[in-house]
Amino acid sequence: MGSSEMCRDLAGEVEKLLKTSNSYLRKKAALCAVHVIRKVPELMEMFLPATKNLLSEKNHGVLHTSVVLLTEMCERSPDMLAHFRKLVPQLVRILKNLIMSGYSPEHDVSGISDPFLQVRILRLLRILGKSDDDSSEAMNDILAQVATNTETSKNVGNAILYETVLTIMDIKSESGLRVLAINILGRFLLNNDKNIRYVALTSLLKTVQTDHNAVQRHRSTIVDCLKDLDVSIKRRAMELSFALVNGNNIRGMMKELLYFLDSCDPEFKADCASGVFLAAEKYAPSKRWHIDTIMRVLTTAGSYVRDDSVPNLIQLITNSVEMHAYTVQRLYKALLDDISQQPLVQVASWCIGEYGDLLVSGQCEEEEPIQVTEDEVLDVLEGLLVSNLSTPVTRGYSLTAIMKLSTRFSSVNRIKKVVSIYGSSIDVELQQRAVEYNALFKKYDHMRPALLERMPIMEKSTTNGPTEIVQTNGETEPSVVEPKHPPPVTQPNQVRTVLISETHINTIPPMTAYNKNGLKIDFTFERANPNPNIAVITIHASNSTEADMTDFVFQAAVPKTFQLQLLSPSSNVVPALNQGTVTQVIRVLNPQKQQLRMRIKLTYTLKGSPVQDLAEVNNFPPQSWQ
Amino acid sequence: MMRFLLLFSRQGKLRLQKWFTPISEREKKKIIRDMTSMVLARQPRSCNFLHWKDLKIIYKRYASLYFCLAIENQENELLALEVIHRYVELLDKYFGNVCELDIIFNFEKAYFILDEFLMGGEIQETSKQMVNRSIEASDMLQETMEEYMSKPAF
Repeated sequence: MGSSEMCRDLAGEVEKLLKTSNSYLRKKAALCAVHVIRKVPELMEMFLPATKNLLSEKNHGVLHTSVVLLTEMCERSPDMLAHFRKLVPQLVRILKNLIMSGYSPEHDVSGISDPFLQVRILRLLRILGKSDDDSSEAMNDILAQVATNTETSKNVGNAILYETVLTIMDIKSESGLRVLAINILGRFLLNNDKNIRYVALTSLLKTVQTDHNAVQRHRSTIVDCLKDLDVSIKRRAMELSFALVNGNNIRGMMKELLYFLDSCDPEFKADCASGVFLAAEKYAPSKRWHIDTIMRVLTTAGSYVRDDSVPNLIQLITNSVEMHAYTVQRLYKALLDDISQQPLVQVASWCIGEYGDLLVSGQCEEEEPIQVTEDEVLDVLEGLLVSNLSTPVTRGYSLTAIMKLSTRFSSVNRIKKVVSIYGSSIDVELQQRAVEYNALFKKYDHMRPALLERMPIMEKSTTNGPTEIVQTNGETEPSVVEPKHPPPVTQPNQVRTVLISETHINTIPPMTAYNKNGLKIDFTFERANPNPNIAVITIHASNSTEADMTDFVFQAAVPKTFQLQLLSPSSNVVPALNQGTVTQVIRVLNPQKQQLRMRIKLTYTLKGSPVQDLAEVNNFPPQSWQ
Repeated sequence: MMRFLLLFSRQGKLRLQKWFTPISEREKKKIIRDMTSMVLARQPRSCNFLHWKDLKIIYKRYASLYFCLAIENQENELLALEVIHRYVELLDKYFGNVCELDIIFNFEKAYFILDEFLMGGEIQETSKQMVNRSIEASDMLQETMEEYMSKPAF
């Protein structure tokens, strides 16, 4: 395979060979030309004159390679595309001859003459007709003819039909033709051959955006494919089913999808669960149905549900006010059955914490209310705390739930005992919470009811809902606690920022980020309250050379998980001999608390010559990002 | 275009490899390892198409040999199956009832046939007779075994 230099040198030779009378050489020359164009697209024009007569070849080999050459040219350059549009009638004629002509032993494959050439011509027609009405119109007939006349019993015929369908979908064909194409795909779906079904599902996935209604007609076949044994087919059927869900068929589809969730392989469960949640959110016919669906997903595929869906679910439950009693009852029952699926347990314990009083009082309109006593509920929650199956996060959730129940239940002493036991737990997170709650009982008992009130309805925001609420709970210092209306307790993770918080280590040592050629850049840190995820860095640039550094520009870039905001600098002249500094403020948002890294670019002019430098800053002190 | 074509046995031994793009030796070995493990792990009645990186892998099993062809994403998979089948037919016509041993002992002929059929990642000649004629023509230029044995040795 030649390199680009070789291609440049030999292109002239190749071009000459394209015109020889020997067809064997010509076809090889055509493929060489394809390779040359792939390596060095600028040489395309060189081959243009030779292509004039290519399509009038008799020899199929040369014809085939010429079509490949034309395809390559048209793909690479829109000018060529426009130029070759006039070849459409010729291509149509060749294709027609291929189909109509009788049996030709040389090129025949199972009764179809030269399928390779047919497919290539269809490909070229697709490219030529893509956004062009006239060419598309010229092709309509031949495409319909190919679609109806090709035999489908063998793979070859199906290959041609597949290519035809792709072409019909891409060009500006009339709607009748499109419907024909989708029907062909529907027929493919019923075929026993797995390959063909796979191909049909892939193409339907591509067309479902544009021809939604037509694909809907084949919905039942697609749903049947969910039960196929082959993994790739199942995956494609699942994706397609999610694309086809709409308000009308949501109930039926959801039933099938939940059944699929029960029986599918673990690798699908996460995707399926998220898909189910999304679909349910968009098209849920009623709140109760929505909650039932969520419960079903949690109980069957609970451990595969993604972590971020837990807060989403909690938000959803909070917002459906009238369903609180029903929800908490169902979650309680599910919890009694099985405590191994963490997302389910987390959601359930959160709900019991919030709505435990509804559970105990036995009001429930939707279902038969169950008789539960406060002790039983506390037993369940304590069981979660000691169980080996619970992760630390789950334990945190259940401890907070127990705490919240102290305002809703009357057996406060029992709760006090539990909380004080965990004050000496080995797990730091649990210990911290228990200590804070203990303090709440002892010193701040007057605040307790207000603090542990019910959560308000959260607004949906594009970022995580809970972090918005953290912003509003700005008060953190114990000395500043006044009995004004402290906002209700937020998500369990954020509790500690609301309640008594230890004094954060606010003194983060400054560091030198860059020191080269007389330019020194120091970073000093502050932590921005209220949001502990934002680090505010002030850079101080000083210049120890004898001349001023003018046009000083400081730029910084951070990895994708961070966000950076650069405020304007104090000036862009760094005076010589350390007589002054240029300061600039950078704010870095670090929501995932990852190690802070930064790439900086410095440009300045020193003694008339511009200087540019890139550097990476890795030596941030750990307190700046923890 | 096609990126590569591999032939390997059920035990994972590579019989033929044809690369249509320049790749380093290390890359080639890695690809061979990936392909053999992926294809040999497939269930017997699953579909013949796989996804690997940004390519589609089409494989077909003929007796004890797996033919594995990698094509780019916009190519027609069903046609790739036909390409594999056509190559097998060409081998069959040339060797007469081809089996794995024929390919092992006459691998250079297998490569020649492949080179007449595919070039630069594209199909070169769609007619079976033409390919066979070219191979026969090149065979005529070769000496036969008898001629070689009867030459005087100096």
